[in-house]
Amino acid sequence: MISLQARVEPSKLMGFAAPVIALALTVLAGLILFALLGVPLDKAFYSFFIEPLSSTYELSELGVKAAPLIMIAIALSIGYRANVWNIGAEGQFILGAICGGAVALFFYEIEAWYILPLMVLAGMLGGMLWAAIPALLRTQFNANEILTSLMLTYIAVLLLSLLVNGPLSDPDGYNHAESRMFHAAATLPIILEGTRLHIGAPVALLLVVVVWVLLSRTLLGFALKVNGIAPRAGLYAGFTQKRLIWFSFLFCGAVAGCAGLFEVAGPIGLLLPEISPGYGFTAIIVAFLGRLHPVGIVFAGLVVALSTLGGEAAQINLNLPLAVTGVFQGMLLFFLLATDVLINYRVVWRATGSRA
Amino acid sequence: MAMRGITKAYPGCLANDAIDLKLEAGQIHALLGENGAGKSTLVKILYGLLQADSGSIEWCGKPVTIGSPASARELGIALVFQHFSLFESLSVLENISLGMAVAANRRLEDKIIEVSSRYGLPLDPSRQVYTLSVGERQRIEIVRCLLQSPKLLIMDEPTSVLTPQEVSDLFVTLRRLAAEGVAILYISHKLNEIKALCSEATILRGGKRVASAIPDEQSTRSLAALMMGDEIEVPERESRTPSNKVMLQLDNVSLPATELHGVPLTDINLSLHAGEIVGIAGVAGNGQDELMQVISGEVRLLNEHALQIDGKPAGALSPGERRIQGLCTVPEERLGHASVPAMTLSDNVFLTAHNRTGLLTGGLINKTKTNRFAQKVIEQFNVQCNGRRSMASSLSGGNLQKFIVGREIEQQPSVFVVSQPTWGVDAGAAAAIRKSLQAMANAGTAVLVVSQDLDELMLISDRIAALCAGQLSSVYLTTDMTVQHLGLLMGGASISEEATA
Repeated sequence: MISLQARVEPSKLMGFAAPVIALALTVLAGLILFALLGVPLDKAFYSFFIEPLSSTYELSELGVKAAPLIMIAIALSIGYRANVWNIGAEGQFILGAICGGAVALFFYEIEAWYILPLMVLAGMLGGMLWAAIPALLRTQFNANEILTSLMLTYIAVLLLSLLVNGPLSDPDGYNHAESRMFHAAATLPIILEGTRLHIGAPVALLLVVVVWVLLSRTLLGFALKVNGIAPRAGLYAGFTQKRLIWFSFLFCGAVAGCAGLFEVAGPIGLLLPEISPGYGFTAIIVAFLGRLHPVGIVFAGLVVALSTLGGEAAQINLNLPLAVTGVFQGMLLFFLLATDVLINYRVVWRATGSRA
Repeated sequence: MAMRGITKAYPGCLANDAIDLKLEAGQIHALLGENGAGKSTLVKILYGLLQADSGSIEWCGKPVTIGSPASARELGIALVFQHFSLFESLSVLENISLGMAVAANRRLEDKIIEVSSRYGLPLDPSRQVYTLSVGERQRIEIVRCLLQSPKLLIMDEPTSVLTPQEVSDLFVTLRRLAAEGVAILYISHKLNEIKALCSEATILRGGKRVASAIPDEQSTRSLAALMMGDEIEVPERESRTPSNKVMLQLDNVSLPATELHGVPLTDINLSLHAGEIVGIAGVAGNGQDELMQVISGEVRLLNEHALQIDGKPAGALSPGERRIQGLCTVPEERLGHASVPAMTLSDNVFLTAHNRTGLLTGGLINKTKTNRFAQKVIEQFNVQCNGRRSMASSLSGGNLQKFIVGREIEQQPSVFVVSQPTWGVDAGAAAAIRKSLQAMANAGTAVLVVSQDLDELMLISDRIAALCAGQLSSVYLTTDMTVQHLGLLMGGASISEEATA
């Protein structure tokens, strides 16, 4: 009989091993799924995991997909460390795109160097504004931020749809639900010729370093961690919980808004009703897969971006529905939560019948 | 009832090692031991909450297996827990009927009244539990057990929450039960109680049965030696002459209850002088937590002048700002309040020490300085651990408490306020902590100790007061005070009332 026995101390090894085990189990379960669907396994494996890594262009696409995931996940991880459950990064991402994009469209006549920084600033402020709402409701009325931030996401989606159908739509666009294309001065510089890789990737890596220092070396980072694992000890130490909630939300809002602006000013180049394949939600998986640690999140972001690209490739090569990406990401989170048990428990074999 | 060779191992420790225990009808038997000696484990096995790894239990001469608390109750074993399991918003009657899985009706109500009057446990079945004192709540638990007419009654540290008067009432009840033939297993580490009540004692130490004794034939000192292993150096009473300088002043501090069933603080006045130890006695749940939060700054006061540190208004300051002013505090709860369980000792030093000791340089945590500070606390206060990288949760209660108290003392506060400094701490650590409090006061620090342990307060404090239902009594010189007087104060009476009565 298999049973679980509590460990005296949480296993450090398993802290690292659990995500790897979860990943292996996901691949295994995925292959079983493909086998049941009658898809040739070698071809499926190649489409999913090899093809997206096979050329410079494919690798650059990995960077394009991973950058927003890593940015948002890093920002979310700060709040999650502090027990602030912001589920609404998707909405903050969209508001960033709306506000930054609106700047590009408003200054459509002007082509100047300052347009892009202005867009970034507006995007960050937009994301912060959207994040400030659940922060205010939580700190003033103790409203559950999981619900408020999640619901605001749907409002953001509809707001974007309203705007691109109305005030921000292309005047020469024959009532298509899209804005004008941003001109060159309102588009992100490409850092690798011939690809779509934009400055979002280096910004994400910079953010990783900044947050790492913040969490490991500053009083603020220390306060965030204490508030997450022992809130009463935080109060005793003199950390103000409300301030930490505000910081977590505003920081994440700014970063998610910036990521949203990068997406429309980068790969997309205009405002559309659907600008995100769910980056804000997928980033939650990335944050946990990466153990809420900046470096872990980089790897997790790459793995999850790979599964997105793999899903697209599988759609083209194998005629599988795009939902296969969601299935993979769902299984990954599922197995991760399951293997987390191994951190605090060990699996032991016990002869049956020795205990009632 | 007899238990033979009971052994129970947890991962990392052997909680019970081949323990034998024998009880006869009508006997009050003491189970004596330090915290962590294995008393609770043994009782849980007897009550069916845990299964022994090996060993056997005999009941009325027949071997039995006790698989669950329900089967224990069927045999006639009843247990009064240290922590009550009562629903605050239900009535006494409803709580008792819940435990017995029968509907609350007239017959049960009559039975409750009958049992409670027969054993001198006055109880009104229709009262809501949250309106009752701790002593009254304990009566509910006892009556609940007695309704099942048990043959064996187990009491797990029943007096830790009672005033001295309530304790003597409880003893009368227990003696009557024993006279009627009920066997009582009485668990405690308070030696004078055991000497007063029990006819036989089994002493546990480190999971082993070290001795059986007749408490009457032993002195408190020899019992303590059996319980703790070797003789320990106990602090002596010291006399001090405190200065006239008031370091901490509370003026008419009132605070409405912050949560449901919380205790409001009413008009608390207190002056704490440099170089003295003031003790605040009181049964748990009479506003100690609230008072500590007001003093530490976790709860701010609207009137900043109501609390003054060294003559400066501080009622609106945060805990960090108060530390800079010289006020360091230690809350009651060690894990999760005074320390972060899942952080290292170094990080736990940084938690409170960064305000006063410059552990931040240029906005960044100075790891070298923090580690040095942690190392100093560990060495100065003889904290047994695997170095400063150990998790706070991996330390034993006594060692963690030494570490926490040490962390605050090393910051050299001018006012030091500590709650339950030795609660659940082994005797050696308790002695060390008390000595360091005395040393601080001798060096001129103003020390305030909030404690439920009357012996401790009588030993170390220069002046003493009691907290009852959120109100603080006048402060008396400890030398003018007896435990009986203090007990009355804890019950809410003032000395003058008692004198006229």
